[in-house]
Amino acid sequence: MEKLFMTGNEAIAEAAIRSGCLYYFGYPITPQNEIPEYMSTRLPELGGAFLQAESEIAAIYMVYGAAGAGMRVMSSSSSPGISLKQEGLSYIAAAELPCVIVNMMRGGPGLGGIQPSQSDYFQATKGGGHGDYHLFVLAPSTVQEAVSLTGDAFDIADKYRTPVMILGDGIIGQMMEPVEFEQRPRSKEYDKSWALSGAKGRPRNVIKTLYLDPQKLEQHNLKLQDKYQKMKEDVRIEHYLCDDAEIVIAAYGTVARIAKTAVQILRDKGIKVGLLRPITLYPFPYDHFQEIAERIRKVLVVEMSLGQMVEDVKLAVNGKAEVAFYGRTGGIVPSYEEIAAELEKQLF
Amino acid sequence: MKQQQLECAANTAVDSRTLYTNLTMAGFGGQGLMFIGKLLAFSAMKAGLQVSWIPSYGPEMRGGTANCTVVIANEPIASPVIRSPETLIIMNNPSLEAFEPRLKSGGTLFVNSNLVTCPATRKDIEVVAVPADEVAQSAGGRKAANMVMLGAYLAKVAILDKSQIEYGFLEFFGSKAAQTLDLNMKAFSLGAAFSQADCKTKKES
Repeated sequence: MEKLFMTGNEAIAEAAIRSGCLYYFGYPITPQNEIPEYMSTRLPELGGAFLQAESEIAAIYMVYGAAGAGMRVMSSSSSPGISLKQEGLSYIAAAELPCVIVNMMRGGPGLGGIQPSQSDYFQATKGGGHGDYHLFVLAPSTVQEAVSLTGDAFDIADKYRTPVMILGDGIIGQMMEPVEFEQRPRSKEYDKSWALSGAKGRPRNVIKTLYLDPQKLEQHNLKLQDKYQKMKEDVRIEHYLCDDAEIVIAAYGTVARIAKTAVQILRDKGIKVGLLRPITLYPFPYDHFQEIAERIRKVLVVEMSLGQMVEDVKLAVNGKAEVAFYGRTGGIVPSYEEIAAELEKQLF
Repeated sequence: MKQQQLECAANTAVDSRTLYTNLTMAGFGGQGLMFIGKLLAFSAMKAGLQVSWIPSYGPEMRGGTANCTVVIANEPIASPVIRSPETLIIMNNPSLEAFEPRLKSGGTLFVNSNLVTCPATRKDIEVVAVPADEVAQSAGGRKAANMVMLGAYLAKVAILDKSQIEYGFLEFFGSKAAQTLDLNMKAFSLGAAFSQADCKTKKES
């Protein structure tokens, strides 16, 4: 398999196309512009559709439409643009439509800056828009992993009929690394008999999110919750040098890679430290943290935010081990020296 | 002086089992630093190595500063983010000011001495001053000063040879690059020769 040298943004776009995504709707924003750029060239060639909408809000409703028609469809943006999509995401989750949304996070709040950040964790994992819903959230830490998770994202979206978010940051988007596009096993044919594909010869399908009868709305919500419970079978996490660890760093995405070097440096000094890297942020790997909390002293959560994933780690660990936090924000990326120094402080 | 000799010796024997190096290159937008960063990383990938390339993507404008960081290793790269690189390639004064303090102790600083007029201040680093504009001019065009610097760098940190860079140049940048291949590879060779002479002088002195 030939290795290509691509940015994370381009690689995600190519992986989406290879997963059968022929429709993309978006609105430009740094640091994810290479995704729409790539799509704008490739999709028309493939007979699909690329459309730069008049706003993020319009784009997400175009996604709603294409997904409702049973098509594999994607949108991407960065933090402020993702905020604008929240209403539409709530509707898509309510309507149980599959789609993939990429958020290459940048520093917030407000317009913030354009440098990398992880400060949209709450928004991504806790619902984001109104109502009792969740997105399935995947956090790649290399360009190669971004490729495989993009393929998985479309399958998960179809499997659960749910919107899936790929949560990256400016570094994942802008960084170039070698990638291989392995032949994925063909996605199984997902049942799309619910799609609005023309009702000739069959009863019409209805896609809606309005349930004025509270009994019916409660039933609908319970059905969604049931789905979120089932998603737990697709939880993913990477354990790195955790077997004999006395203390572990918990980090995801770009920060997890930086922390991995910190772990290597600390291991060279004889410190028994490991790394837990959640790959699915929703559903969060609570069980893995719970299990490891029994045999370690402390978890140091490192994020490019002032403390968001740390709340899920605390819930999981549930007092069985100490939980400490180190974060940089506003577009500042912590160095591995900095993380290693922080962990050494936490030893005492 | 011992440090310099070690640095010079390093260019003949790279231990393939433990290959790991990183560098940051910085200068004005348009000087081709992103280009040589991508070229180096891509060529190293083609040589079977692990690589990562991270650009600065700030709100920069034409003529503003630009930088990128490359990591090359023969094992999977953990952190692609490097606060203190082992090597710097610096093409303007503002970049020297920004990056010299961050260079790893014992690291090597390559400067284009035609443009970097401020002196380096640290004593715990090796400085290789390459008049890259002049050298590039003698190769046929000042625009190839970036390739002079890349040649100078690779003569010291012998992870790739000229043919691997030439292959990378043609593969990655395609037909457009082929038109300027001769100029660029000549500049690369002259840069390498300059760096080797510099290394030899330091050894003897």
